[in-house]
Amino acid sequence: MAEHQPFKVHQPPEIIVLGPPSVFKVYDKQFSSRFRVLRPWESPLSLPQFLAAGAQNTQAALISGGFRFTSSVLHHLPSIRLVVTTSAGINHIDLVECRRRGIAVANAASIFSADVADLAVGLLLDVLRRISAGNRFVKSGLWPVQGAYPLGFKLGGKKVGIVGLGSIGLYVAKRLEAFGCAISYSSRKEKPSVSYAFYPDICKLAANSDILVICCALTEQTHHMINREVLLALGKEGVLVNIARGAVVDEKELVSCLQNGEISGAGLDVFENEPSVPKELYELDNVVLSPHFAVFTEESMWDLYELMCGNLEAFFSNKPLLSLIPEE
Amino acid sequence: MLATIARRPHLSRPSFSFTHPLHCINQSIPPLPFSPQILNHLRCTLAARMEAIGVLMMCPMNNYLEEELNKRFNLFRYWKQPRPSEFLTQHAQSIRAVVGNATAGADAKLIEALPKLEIVSSFSVGLDKIDLTKCKEKGIRVTNTPDVLTDDVADLAIGLMLAVLRRICECDKYVRRGEWKFGDFKLTSKFSGKRVGIIGLGRIGLAVAKRAEAFDCPISYYSRSQKNTNYKYYGSVVELASNCDILVVACALTPETTHIVNREVMDALGPSGVLINIGRGPHVDEPELVSALVEGRLGGAGLDVFEKEPEVPEQLFGLENVVLLPHVGSGTVETRKDMADLVLRNLEAHFANKPLLTPVV
Repeated sequence: MAEHQPFKVHQPPEIIVLGPPSVFKVYDKQFSSRFRVLRPWESPLSLPQFLAAGAQNTQAALISGGFRFTSSVLHHLPSIRLVVTTSAGINHIDLVECRRRGIAVANAASIFSADVADLAVGLLLDVLRRISAGNRFVKSGLWPVQGAYPLGFKLGGKKVGIVGLGSIGLYVAKRLEAFGCAISYSSRKEKPSVSYAFYPDICKLAANSDILVICCALTEQTHHMINREVLLALGKEGVLVNIARGAVVDEKELVSCLQNGEISGAGLDVFENEPSVPKELYELDNVVLSPHFAVFTEESMWDLYELMCGNLEAFFSNKPLLSLIPEE
Repeated sequence: MLATIARRPHLSRPSFSFTHPLHCINQSIPPLPFSPQILNHLRCTLAARMEAIGVLMMCPMNNYLEEELNKRFNLFRYWKQPRPSEFLTQHAQSIRAVVGNATAGADAKLIEALPKLEIVSSFSVGLDKIDLTKCKEKGIRVTNTPDVLTDDVADLAIGLMLAVLRRICECDKYVRRGEWKFGDFKLTSKFSGKRVGIIGLGRIGLAVAKRAEAFDCPISYYSRSQKNTNYKYYGSVVELASNCDILVVACALTPETTHIVNREVMDALGPSGVLINIGRGPHVDEPELVSALVEGRLGGAGLDVFEKEPEVPEQLFGLENVVLLPHVGSGTVETRKDMADLVLRNLEAHFANKPLLTPVV
């Protein structure tokens, strides 16, 4: 357990907030009633200047999933002992440097898993059953004019390949099984506790699936893992759903495959260069786009607030963190 | 006509296999030892007899079904007749079957106009467009398309729930307009764990329940009578609506269930409740629904059906918390083909004097 210096009684402990994360924007008052909050975005100083001037003794940081917590930021936080990120993903944190300095890292664990899995299913149903496209059709007043609407495709009985069978992947599997889908997966290691078919080779998973759902973390190994070869293996009737990180998919190839009918559709919550989205996708009816909002429900936002506070308060009370990421 | 009865173990109910020529060809069953010439003669005779049977299709519903009906029967297309009553008078004596759907079926007036009508085969599971009493009176058989579309309709119900609660359509629109800026977000409503109330726990209602359970949604229902399930039963729709977050209409449309979702039910569902209608438009009091949504007394709606399709109240078009679809509950390539095949097989069975596959009357 990381040690910290004792703080004065009745004075709330100090934290620095970097990002700032959405949960902080929603629950600013509540955070501020429990902690003394340093807010670099409100200062005219640059971040390094702000940190040098005011964060030399700060022991805990609350950061967003989009804030790059690099070694150069860490350089300006000599007293930091805990970084809590509001995301499940940790690819934005220099873990090597944190481990070297004995800084504990905590994340959002699996509190978003249901919401993210729900969105994966929602995007998939939308693509197959043309829900957003149908909604546009009706709301444009076209139904009385154009009559019959093009048919969609059945979900039941389809083979679903899940890339990454962590908490989110397992939730997706459980949901899609109820729709009569056959589940198989690819993962760093086979999971003996599940009965789904395991494919160590992602191309073979794609070749044996009608639908590919990306649920894995973004790492050096998974960067652009879904490339042209995988997409072609998925095939002309295949559907891709990405609720993980944009960079797991080679976005240029994905756009080209969609435009040329090499795959039949895609549901995408994440992109390589958010908030920028390839404009070619705007013209396509077989694509559903969402602005990386899988975790933004009122319920999850509240759960996240409680988890973040819980981690910070545990740290300042010398108690075990609620969602510590163990060293591998 | 010769026939042998065989039980096919891989099917859940017994079916009857035929050793007359058409079915031999279709089913790869070894025929009786007729010579090829006799077989061919029988095939042509049977086909000729079927082609003489007048079948009236009420509206465009499926190209494959229309082509197959046209190949096998003497097909009349009701929607192409400029003067429908004259057409009926002219062809009444040859029309022995009607193929209808959720839009147009066989009402009392049509049945009276077709004295030779023997069977109404509906390209739908819903029977609200068919005067069943009249059919029973006149000994007219009726078939529909249950089971083959159950999954698709239930899938769509869940798809609508997710689309409404998670604002998927709105977000897609937002991204497509190039409006996405960093830090911009709205909070939506979590679906997992929400209480789902189902009106009508038939095939489709049960399929919706099974799917919603996988999202850890507690399930409750209203039905004419309590069913043998673990789901919580409520004796009235208002009570059900008061105790759920999402109300799904999944029952058949009858005079009793018309406007089963009325103002009182919508008020009970409330400003954070969501209504999903995958039944029939008349299940819901539509003008009341529009005011409830516009005034914010109801939290949201996902609607696949409307009282006067294809007309949809325009006041709903601008509402972010409302998702509207053009009656596509069974609208997948796979299911529409299965439905069409069921209609065709029912008609063929009837005209071959064999038991119907999915009779209602």
